[in-house]
Amino acid sequence: MLCKRIRRRQALPSARKDPSTLAVYERSSHRHPNTNALTLDVALIHFENVGLRYGMGPEILRDLTFDIPRRSFQFLTGPSGAGKTTLLRLLFMSLQPTRGLIRMFDRDLSQIPRAELPMLRRRVGIVFQDFRLLDHLTTYENVALPLRVRGKDEASYRTDVIELLKWVGLGERINVLPPVLSGGEKQRAAIARALMDRPEILLADEPTGNVDPPMARRLLNLFLELNRLGTAVVIATHDLGLMDQVDARRMILTEGRLDIYE
Amino acid sequence: MNDLNRLKNALKKSGSKPEKKTATPHSSSSGGRRTEMRVRPTGPILPPSNIQGNALMVVIAIMSFLACLTFGGVSMVRATASSWESQISREITIQIKPQDGLDMDAALKKARDLALTFVGTKQGTIMDDAATARLLEPWLGAGLDLKELPVPRLVIITIDEANPPDFAGMRDLLKAEVPQAFLDDHRTWVDRLVSMAHTTVLIGMSILILVFTAMILTVIFATRGALSGNRHIVEVLHFVGAESGFVASEFQKHFLKISLKGSAAGGALAALLFASASLWQSNSLATPQSDQATALFGTFTIDFFGYLGIVATMIVIALLTTLTARFTVMRTIDEIDLIRSDPGRSDGIPSS
Repeated sequence: MLCKRIRRRQALPSARKDPSTLAVYERSSHRHPNTNALTLDVALIHFENVGLRYGMGPEILRDLTFDIPRRSFQFLTGPSGAGKTTLLRLLFMSLQPTRGLIRMFDRDLSQIPRAELPMLRRRVGIVFQDFRLLDHLTTYENVALPLRVRGKDEASYRTDVIELLKWVGLGERINVLPPVLSGGEKQRAAIARALMDRPEILLADEPTGNVDPPMARRLLNLFLELNRLGTAVVIATHDLGLMDQVDARRMILTEGRLDIYE
Repeated sequence: MNDLNRLKNALKKSGSKPEKKTATPHSSSSGGRRTEMRVRPTGPILPPSNIQGNALMVVIAIMSFLACLTFGGVSMVRATASSWESQISREITIQIKPQDGLDMDAALKKARDLALTFVGTKQGTIMDDAATARLLEPWLGAGLDLKELPVPRLVIITIDEANPPDFAGMRDLLKAEVPQAFLDDHRTWVDRLVSMAHTTVLIGMSILILVFTAMILTVIFATRGALSGNRHIVEVLHFVGAESGFVASEFQKHFLKISLKGSAAGGALAALLFASASLWQSNSLATPQSDQATALFGTFTIDFFGYLGIVATMIVIALLTTLTARFTVMRTIDEIDLIRSDPGRSDGIPSS
């Protein structure tokens, strides 16, 4: 049903050109080695009565209780200032809640030592609203960064990175620096970087905020394909038009409270 | 395989437009033959040069130059002071006052021979009439007839500095054998010169400490300033799952290169300056300019240890910059994590 709602001609162009290139993402969408078979049915992320306030201010987020199941696809939406980015930061472990319990990958986040956080972050891919690409590195180098910081040899991942770049439609832009890329290309480069190390969950903050509607639909198509390959996806967006194209779970934040429509 | 097939099917159904083929050699596939896409050699995670990095290099070069210059200067002053001290203490003087009926020449020879009987003496020279007249010329004028004046005469004894003779015993013997003789071991002068030399070296060392402190602080602040321009890189690396040690080592390597270049330039310039001054001095020996400079500053030569000190200064600066970079990066990561553990610290984080 989902496929019907996406216009066929708007799918990623590179995908049809060389379907064999998809093998890389098929490879890279393998379950993370840390995933235990016994935990497959357990939610990737579990929030229970989570609240967060900045300093002595009012609570930005209140009594959030929800799960992000494996292989799920959801939109996170709500008016400006409702706390979407803050919630994404909680999901990405760059904030700790003022109260409540967060379990990620079946571990209580408050009990995890700081030194172990990078290992957990590697299981989560994030696409920042402002992309956060490094301007002095080429598209290829930016996308390869997650593997590089893990100390992997460049020869071992070069083909995979190039294939992933082709898959997101940046096959001809691998040696280009980000300042030269268009908004949509930057967005796709940021997505490719987030996907490079086979994350189990992808968080995207306003991924279509800087692109025109056709590109937004292309990106949505990309997220759906990723989700079909097994990656849970959370997209924070204001774009109602985008959400209307997919019959997916909606998490709506209003004044710090969360309503979920399955 | 199921995933792959599903994806292929989905894409076939989507009827997506093929990506444009280009005529560049980067094309990855044609006719089933796959060619490796060309990628530029992987660049460093940190930009090799930027405004902050270049400014830091210049600051390090200047501070390194000043520190090496001060170090070389102190080393030179120490050597000059030590030379004054050794030149004076290398000789003692026996003064014989004229007296009625005293055979001055015999007394001079006797005093010299007595002095040379002591272990630790090397050579004895009687200052002859001409030399004594030259010595007194500034006060009594030229054409002086020493026989008409009761002028004391001198015997200069060269001693072994490392193993000096027994001055008290020599003094007693001379007093007994030649009552008109007076032994001057230059102790008063030597003590004053030693004291002056020590003060000079102390002042030099104080200046060196001040310059080093200024250098350390400048390098630390310049490094931190250069790092602040790279905070976004620290954040990106942190968020793509880099461990603190990895991020710190990348920054360490980068700043080590900058500091080595800067300190090598500064140190080499200082060494070159000393070498040139020394060369100029040795090539212009006995010229009025050189003599004046030598009288004022001593010789410009710095010894092996002086050059070693310059190299050590360069290494200290390089280490200092590297360590500062490491600590600053670790602190930046700590700050990012502190924001994580304390939502009250929302520095720079949008809260929408």
